[in-house]
Amino acid sequence: MNFLNAHILTLVTFIPAAGGLLLLLIPRRDRDIRIFSLIVSLLTFGLSLHLVARVHRMLPGFQYEIDRAWISTPNIHYHMGVDGISMWLVLLTTFLTPLCVLISWNAIHERVKEFFILLLVLETALIGVFTSLDLFLFYFFWESTLIPMALLIGIYGHGRKVYAAVKFFLYTMVASVFMLAAVIWLYAHVGSFDFVTIQNAIRTGQVEGFSTAAPWLFVGFFLAFAVKVPLFPFHTWLPDAHVEAPTAGSVLLAGVLLKMGTYGLLRFNLGLFPEQSRQNAPWICTLALIGIVYGALVAMVQPNLKRVIAYSSVSHLGFVVLGIFSFTQAGLNGAMFVMLAHGVSTGALFMLAGIIFERKHSYEIADMGGLATPMPKYATFFLFITLASVGLPLLNGFVGEFLVLSGAFQANPWYGTIGATGVIWSACYLLWMYQRVFFGKVTHPENNNLPDLSAREELALWPTAVAALVMGVAPLLWLNIIDPAVQAALTPFAQVASKVVGP
Amino acid sequence: MNPTLPVGADYIRILPEIVLTIFGMAIMVLDPLVDEKKSQQLLGGLGLIGTLAGLASTWIMAQSPGFAFWNMVRVDGFSVFFHVLVIAIALVLILTSYEYMAVQQIRAGEYYGLILFGLVGMCLMSSAVELVLIFISLEISSISTYILAGFRRRSATSSESSLKYFLLGSFATAFFLYGVAMMFGATGSTNIDAISAALNSGRIPLLAYVAMALMFVGLGFKVAAAPFHIWTPDVYEGAPAPVVGFMSTAPKAAAFAVLLRIIFEANAPGRFWLIWLSAVLSMTLGNVAALVQDNVKRLLAYSSIAHAGYILVAFAAKPELGAPAVMFYTAAYAAMNVGTFAVISHLANENERYVTLEDYAGLGRSSPILAGTLTIFMISLIGIPITGGFFAKFYVFSAALQSNLVWLTIIGVINSAIGAYYYLKIIVVMYMREAREEVPVLPIPLALRAALALTLAATVYLGVVPGRMLTFVQQSAQQLLQAEHTSAREQVDNTAVPRATQ
Repeated sequence: MNFLNAHILTLVTFIPAAGGLLLLLIPRRDRDIRIFSLIVSLLTFGLSLHLVARVHRMLPGFQYEIDRAWISTPNIHYHMGVDGISMWLVLLTTFLTPLCVLISWNAIHERVKEFFILLLVLETALIGVFTSLDLFLFYFFWESTLIPMALLIGIYGHGRKVYAAVKFFLYTMVASVFMLAAVIWLYAHVGSFDFVTIQNAIRTGQVEGFSTAAPWLFVGFFLAFAVKVPLFPFHTWLPDAHVEAPTAGSVLLAGVLLKMGTYGLLRFNLGLFPEQSRQNAPWICTLALIGIVYGALVAMVQPNLKRVIAYSSVSHLGFVVLGIFSFTQAGLNGAMFVMLAHGVSTGALFMLAGIIFERKHSYEIADMGGLATPMPKYATFFLFITLASVGLPLLNGFVGEFLVLSGAFQANPWYGTIGATGVIWSACYLLWMYQRVFFGKVTHPENNNLPDLSAREELALWPTAVAALVMGVAPLLWLNIIDPAVQAALTPFAQVASKVVGP
Repeated sequence: MNPTLPVGADYIRILPEIVLTIFGMAIMVLDPLVDEKKSQQLLGGLGLIGTLAGLASTWIMAQSPGFAFWNMVRVDGFSVFFHVLVIAIALVLILTSYEYMAVQQIRAGEYYGLILFGLVGMCLMSSAVELVLIFISLEISSISTYILAGFRRRSATSSESSLKYFLLGSFATAFFLYGVAMMFGATGSTNIDAISAALNSGRIPLLAYVAMALMFVGLGFKVAAAPFHIWTPDVYEGAPAPVVGFMSTAPKAAAFAVLLRIIFEANAPGRFWLIWLSAVLSMTLGNVAALVQDNVKRLLAYSSIAHAGYILVAFAAKPELGAPAVMFYTAAYAAMNVGTFAVISHLANENERYVTLEDYAGLGRSSPILAGTLTIFMISLIGIPITGGFFAKFYVFSAALQSNLVWLTIIGVINSAIGAYYYLKIIVVMYMREAREEVPVLPIPLALRAALALTLAATVYLGVVPGRMLTFVQQSAQQLLQAEHTSAREQVDNTAVPRATQ
């Protein structure tokens, strides 16, 4: 067991990529490839459950740490570890990947091998982003997510897929080079890439020239993360990427890739630059609020199913940023919970959109209408997930948004008030979309013959529905582990606050 | 005191050069004697053995570090590094050329001879510590490359390429020679250590600044740094594809070795703004011009200008940080660029017919192996993790930031983001466009497989476990820089004496 505890993160991170490499050797029989990928992703999920099972709940710091020298000069370490924040994001990734494999079973029928290789490599890169505690290693994984994702969109997408892939790539690439510059600056002045070391050095004020450079470093990190989130006005790549991506790509993009941005804000911007975070909080919160309202309003008028879901992500992720920059315990807990809930329910929504696309080859809402009649099971799942996403109490969306809003109220009543309208908007656009797609008479006669969910599709949807329910009913299962990590993240803010109050 | 005759150890210290010369001459002599049909295989094979022997003799040379031939040559970790690098590049070039020459129907044994002669010059450039010897070896290397550039005899562009390269190249070396002469005038010596001592000892004469600028012009031409880059796109477009892979890496690496010696070891005066400006211009002009290219060879020509710019960034940094970064970058760039051109030469087909971006459409389907390999090289050229290109850029920029060159670093990272676009364009074309016309893809011969495997392995090795290589470049850079302080003092008397007696 000790061995497993020490190496669990390495295993969880690299098993998917190792599976991807093995796929290279497997002959091109599509069925074998699909089954193999499913086994690999399930194995990864199974192993990642070990993280939850063995976690020390009350410890705020990093657990399952592994720290080996990788390169001596510059001093780069293979340093991994998770706390209550990153652990759940790892789990979210490993949870969604098998579902992605299932949902792509028949949807991908050309270049199947390459597809699953890319998917598994992407999984490794995503997990690596959340487990790395060495800034260099973090950047390494961060950039590694770009190529597989861009290829997934560009090769397996629809419509203007090349445009979408290149736009996605360039947006995120350009933004992340600024983070690279900031990372190198930190290394040049601290002499280490280690997150904990740098954090301690900054907190004890040992970093030369930090006070003048810190605003710029903050912006360097912030830009990279804000584009990824995406925070208004950096969001324009997202609708394109989502609409043109294949289903599995959309699921991982919305479910996990966007969380890389919010995770980065939480871990690095708050963790390394508490004072700058506080100074910049007003305008960041303003952008987040604009994102919430603007995303919702734009989502309302979209004629395309996937675009509605894409803009709803802009709106939901606005909640996350608002929660993070409220610097309250409730806000941060809520932000974490929204990340997880959004990953599950938006992932499921994209799967549902993919299922209808497989049948109709269209995402246009106008082509649907009255689908509840031919596809009752499908309509039920869709309704359940839509309600979860809207924030119906006892489902997962409610808990997170409620916590975020209560945190935002504590920070500034205006934030809470404007943010709360976002909940109403999301009910409007999602339920209206649901009504147009499922209710009424069947407007297109050919839709009468649409087959309902197959067993495989149901298998992919059940876990998300169960997760949405359990997260809504028993959020403490998650929050108990998140809370100590969040409190640790907030300690410098308590100090800053007391400085303001004290003499 | 009379200059003593060279002893045995002196010859050991130029053993690779001797071995390569012997093989080169053997090829020249055998060329008219062997059967025309077999000549390609036989002489190419001989060239291959020559490079392997060159590597082996480099190993022998590395065992006896020190000075040779009256302090004109110095063997240290630094020169060993560049010996291995340029010879390895030539090895891959020969492996690539086998098929290429057959497809292009060029029968010429002297091709392989010229490669080896060029190598002699480049090897000598990295171990010479005497400006006149450096000039001679620069000429040896250049003359071979001029001829190699014109080897597609039936093609007008190739002749144009060769002629342009020759004319502008001679012009540039003349600048270098002027610089050498003026440096002699300013410091009374052409030995780098003596120059270093003279420049460090007191007030630096104005002439030394002029000399430095002139030498930089000459070497800037060789490494295709802006504003001395105008020749690059035309020459690269016309020259045979494998030769371009060679030209853009080996002579450049050797020229960078000389620049390292002159700039860091001799501690050249007034270099900072010269390099700063040239680095910024190279990166920006190279990347922006590459955005609009349709011809893959032209695109990579501009990309090589941009990469020269990145390397120059490291020259502006502190010596102890910049020198290892330069060395690592040249190695990583060599691996990925030679590999890229190996793929291009294979796809080019007869008369280099297929070298535009359009011709690469659908390659992901028609040849997954070549497309996959090229993708990894492109990822490396962009500078994305798991590849050598990423670490190379990383070291350069971290050296620059640690030397407080904030603006240069920012310009650099913005440029590498711009650069991502055109490399990505190649990946996009290969995987996401359908072929408009059927571009034939020949089966990949064994030699080319070996060449691709070697370059791919090097690219990934430098990207995943660069530790050993880094330690090595740091140590050899240290030797280079220590030489500046210690040997300068010791060697001054030795070198000054023979000159005084002349």
